[in-house]
Amino acid sequence: MEALRARGKKWVRESPLHLMMVPGIILLLIFSYGPMLGILMAFERFNISKGFFRSEWVGLDNFKFILQIPDVRQVFWNTIFIAFMKIVASLIVPVGLALLLNEVRAKYVKRGIQTIIYLPYFLSWVLLAGILIDILSPSSGIVNQFLGIFGIKPIFFLGNEKIFPYLLVVTHVWKEAGFGTIIYLAALTGIDPTLYEAAIVDGASRWRQTWHVTLPGLAPIIILMTVLSLGGILNAGFDQVFNLYNPLVYSTGDIIDTMVYRMGLIDNQFSIATAVGLFKSVVSVILISVSYKLADKFAGYKVL
Amino acid sequence: MKGNTSIGRLAFPIFNYLFLSAFALLCLLPLVHVLAISFSSGTAASSGQVTLWPVHFTFKAYEFVANKPEFIRSMMVSFERVLLGVPIDMLLIITIAYPLSKDERMLSFRKGYVVFYMITILFGGGLIPWYMVIKMTGLIDSIFALILPGAVSIFSVIILLNFFRNLPKEIEEAAFIDGAGHWYTLWKIYVPLSMPAIATLILFSSVGHWNSWFDGIILMNRTEHYPLQSYLQTVVVQQGLLKMITIQDTQTLLAVSDRTNKAAQIFIGALPILLVYPFLQRYFMSGIVMGSVKG
Repeated sequence: MEALRARGKKWVRESPLHLMMVPGIILLLIFSYGPMLGILMAFERFNISKGFFRSEWVGLDNFKFILQIPDVRQVFWNTIFIAFMKIVASLIVPVGLALLLNEVRAKYVKRGIQTIIYLPYFLSWVLLAGILIDILSPSSGIVNQFLGIFGIKPIFFLGNEKIFPYLLVVTHVWKEAGFGTIIYLAALTGIDPTLYEAAIVDGASRWRQTWHVTLPGLAPIIILMTVLSLGGILNAGFDQVFNLYNPLVYSTGDIIDTMVYRMGLIDNQFSIATAVGLFKSVVSVILISVSYKLADKFAGYKVL
Repeated sequence: MKGNTSIGRLAFPIFNYLFLSAFALLCLLPLVHVLAISFSSGTAASSGQVTLWPVHFTFKAYEFVANKPEFIRSMMVSFERVLLGVPIDMLLIITIAYPLSKDERMLSFRKGYVVFYMITILFGGGLIPWYMVIKMTGLIDSIFALILPGAVSIFSVIILLNFFRNLPKEIEEAAFIDGAGHWYTLWKIYVPLSMPAIATLILFSSVGHWNSWFDGIILMNRTEHYPLQSYLQTVVVQQGLLKMITIQDTQTLLAVSDRTNKAAQIFIGALPILLVYPFLQRYFMSGIVMGSVKG
């Protein structure tokens, strides 16, 4: 009886904690769990007027159909290729920048450079694409004007299927490098200064200090960032691609997310598009779970 | 060996400064160029005279934009979205982070809640089912379609709950002994003490709302409901790409003469971000450190 009363009291005391979560939980049930239920569409011939539960059930037919679309394989390959190159680039460039910035003594120079390279991170891909379309234009863009000084003929950057994937990587670095650099710089400040003192006593040059103290000190965060980014190997960057690609570069620039968008919301093939999206989600969940496990194992990282 | 290192000692900083400055300039110049175009005359822009400084300085492009009702209207939608969306986001983040910051003894079923929230960041239904659900709620063409579906940011919740956890337990215990309840403790003690974290998250949320464009394009049927970034996506990016592939090398005056107008619209779209950038930079850094390097 006493124990029961104590439990009742505990409930009364903690009830506000449960109550205050209710609005958020309702929103998540509708807008996060609702769409998960909507995955049923991938196994149906979906009809808007009939809804998720009464549309005709077709089993795996949509998946069989996808495998017959000739472009699908290419689009998966494009996605992985672009995403992989971005992962590599956003490992090398920010680490390099952080190491170089760490050597800068003048504080205001260090801060000034950080401030500038961090700026594009906050602008949307719509604005950045607007800028890129202007400066990369083959007829009037300043980039081609500049190349013209060296006698280089105008290059159609956004319309060339060979250049396009690399352009995505370079412009991705433009937007994101500052963010990564700041994370690595923050990690650099956490390295024990006595390690440097010991290295100097041992007669280590600055290069050797970088190689034997700084890089090993950064290793855990580098491993963590890389492992976590592997979970996104099927995310090649919808916002960026959507704002830069065009029919001339579909062969190398079309990715899973943009294909799903066109299939589903332009051509109204709801079920087919959902099936492609589901395939991507399943692969992503597996990769993300594995990468979180790895991150926990190697870097002791826990999400919640 | 000695001589080598002393040359290296002199040469390296010079190389380093030059390299870093060049990289920073490369990041910045595209923005400066477009800004210069927006203040130049149409003929100067189309004949390629503008590099980093306006040629034939004029406000014409900005006058054109100011007299464009569609532009002004979508800017208003964006402001409405930020003013409505940010408080809602914050309310939800705070009311989820506070209970989750308690341990299992204070909050029964904590594990269950964690799983419930984690699933939402691990797995999603994908674009089409997401769109269908919003369509079924009848929110299409309402400002709330841009606010409610993304209102609960678990990423922000994680940052805030880590901050809550690092606050000294004694303050809370003292409040409970004085008879304060959870609501009181949260709003009168936790929130005021967490202002650095909350300011960071307000900035996250504002920038997020201002920069969102895709939801506007697919969830608003009528273009007068487009927020600014969605509007710019259609008139600057989509039209720009279309013109680019249809008239490639032919020097059509029509295509180039609206270059200054587009540049002005891009700059106005970026202006609010540029204005809050000094704060952004300071708070985001602490925000990143709070979120990624956990105590």
